[in-house]
Amino acid sequence: MATQPDVKAPGADDAFREEVRQFLADNFPPELKGKGNALAGVDGPTQESDAQRKWREAMGERGWGTPTWPREYGGGGLTRRQARILDEEMARAGAYNPIGGMGVMMFGPTLLEYGSEAQKKEHIPPICRGEIRWCQGYSEPNAGSDLANLQTTAEDKGDHYLVNGQKTWTSGGQWADKCFCLVRTDKSDKHRGISFLLIDMDAPGVEVRPIQMISGMSPFCETFFTDVKVPKENLVGEEGQGWTIGKRLLQHERTNLSGGGSLARMMGASLSDLAKKYLETDESGAIADKVLRDRIADFEIRWSAFLLTARRAAEESKAAGGVSEISSVLKKLGTKLGQERAELMIEIMGFQGLGWEGEGFSEAELAGVRAWLFGKATTIYGGSTEIQNNIIAKRVLGMLDHQ
Amino acid sequence: MAVLNEEQEMLRDMAREWATNESPVAAFRKVRASGDPEAFDRDAYGAMAQMGWSGIIVPEEHGGSDFGWLSAGLVVEELGKTLTASPLVATTLAAAAIVLGGSDEQKAKWLPRLASGETIGTLAIDEGPRHDPAKLSASVAGGKLSGTKAFVHEAHGADLFVVAAANGLYLVEKGDGVSLATRKLTDQRSHAQVTFDAAPADRLDSGGDSLLDDVLDRARILTACEMLGMAQAVFDMTLDYLKQRVQFNQVLATFQALQHRMADLFGNLAMMRSAVEGGLQALDSGFGIARAATIAKAEANRVLHTMSREGIQLHGGIGMTDEYDVGFYLKRARVLETSWGGTAYLRDHFAGTSGY
Repeated sequence: MATQPDVKAPGADDAFREEVRQFLADNFPPELKGKGNALAGVDGPTQESDAQRKWREAMGERGWGTPTWPREYGGGGLTRRQARILDEEMARAGAYNPIGGMGVMMFGPTLLEYGSEAQKKEHIPPICRGEIRWCQGYSEPNAGSDLANLQTTAEDKGDHYLVNGQKTWTSGGQWADKCFCLVRTDKSDKHRGISFLLIDMDAPGVEVRPIQMISGMSPFCETFFTDVKVPKENLVGEEGQGWTIGKRLLQHERTNLSGGGSLARMMGASLSDLAKKYLETDESGAIADKVLRDRIADFEIRWSAFLLTARRAAEESKAAGGVSEISSVLKKLGTKLGQERAELMIEIMGFQGLGWEGEGFSEAELAGVRAWLFGKATTIYGGSTEIQNNIIAKRVLGMLDHQ
Repeated sequence: MAVLNEEQEMLRDMAREWATNESPVAAFRKVRASGDPEAFDRDAYGAMAQMGWSGIIVPEEHGGSDFGWLSAGLVVEELGKTLTASPLVATTLAAAAIVLGGSDEQKAKWLPRLASGETIGTLAIDEGPRHDPAKLSASVAGGKLSGTKAFVHEAHGADLFVVAAANGLYLVEKGDGVSLATRKLTDQRSHAQVTFDAAPADRLDSGGDSLLDDVLDRARILTACEMLGMAQAVFDMTLDYLKQRVQFNQVLATFQALQHRMADLFGNLAMMRSAVEGGLQALDSGFGIARAATIAKAEANRVLHTMSREGIQLHGGIGMTDEYDVGFYLKRARVLETSWGGTAYLRDHFAGTSGY
């Protein structure tokens, strides 16, 4: 599938940039400046303020929260180039993209590729408007790294499937409206027996139990399905095509989990700013601890190279009309660098970076500790680093299966 | 890799084909065996100039094609893959200095000659064994330049030196007051200590105070392109080797321990490519060049260093032999790593220019 290349048209770029600036001036509430997108993560339910809601609706209306998705399904219909201008202008204004979550990162792009016309018309617009939350029903207690071993069954009952089984690590499951799920429709074939099914989380027979993590947070859940009726029209693609579709979705997931999904993040708070706040500086303003200064520079250089890699992957995939072959690399690199960054932050902050609760710690410090701990999950979920290495070696580099 | 336009794809394909067929590593072996201190094949460089490669960043009005830095980088990367010995990078950098800092007259005089390949140029900057542009003592009095430059790339073939003195950049032609002492390095290319003794010098007046830094940014990025080609080549030859070498009755590529090391190297290579292409794109857009240049060269240093070591290790004993090519990359790698800023220099530079 070829896409239109971005044509260099500086005049048109300038006009679009002007349009974005005007839109931001008219619609972005100044009190939200510098805030992040509460919907993007799976940290917890969000009580939207009026300003947040208005901003989300304004962006959703334009489709600019999903800037490159097709206009006909509620996306922005922008070129990659325009999307970058939008990113740049939002960063300049201190604005953020209020649309996000798994619907945007993973499910939407996959449904656009594999869904029926009716499914796209039904599911994509609410994602573009940020009105609905999706969660992922992939992992099971005995199907983690060996995902294709999943046992949750969907039995054909004529006009519907009857789903039974257990999923685990359902991110944000307790707050989700719907779940995109891999289920077993055929027990005789490990890979071709898997189908991709959409399940309402409020359907009778769905039960969700949060799991407490080492970070003290409970963003993951166990999800139990007991005789859940799912209409046939909720099957995406053909029966038995779930493994193919699911893998494609994982490529989107990897690209996004890597932490470099948006150019705007390049503008975010840097490690060096933090270091200057916590560490002594000499008379020239340089960090006095030369060893730590060197390590911070080393990290920031590599982090910059990683962000450039994320941008390159996005440009490549746009040009090729598919996912870049380096999506596994992004996941592997980004998660490792994210962990390295968190460890370096703690080192910079000393004991002040290890507070668990109570007095003597700022909110940001306490949040940082939880984020450091929770971040250990990133090299495990979404296909562990070891699995990514296998994927790269076998699928990208063509090394043969080890015996 | 970066999304290319049709013109860039053609250029890249042409460079790849030429390097593979006309300038494989065997061609470098011939240059090495010749013992010629210039250490490049004049006919080969003539062919490269004919194809327009020496004029890629030179404006059309001065005889170049003005295809931009990304295009120049694509060619240099392909030549890096086969270790093509040529003064293309050195000449391009000399041309860049003149584009940035030359008067109309200087541009009209030198750019067409550099673009056509008739004149070979190079940069003469560092005065010691480590890159340190803040410490320069070469000086100019009455239009005559004096000073010693410790390691000058492609010095033996150069007709024109872009020399950094304490108060700016100067053009010095080979001849009166210019003498060379060969400094053979491990890569077996042309390097020399160049002494200028009251050599007639023509100042580049138009580049402002940052001219030296601007030229060094370009030197870092273009050198990183050659290093990218080398890293890609080492990766490819190592992967090929693992796919055919049998031990314990198994092809080495089937061992998970080796697969994961190759996946690590592949990830590093992706970061290096992004950093290098980011540098080229910064040059073409004129935005954030200094930062991008530091990132490009620092990543090139880091990744090629690892790649060249792992390349030998993963080949085992055969990698240690002169008969096999992989060792040549290790030796050239360290020379380029040391050029225009080693890793420690670049980190310090990055921190300093970032305000910490």
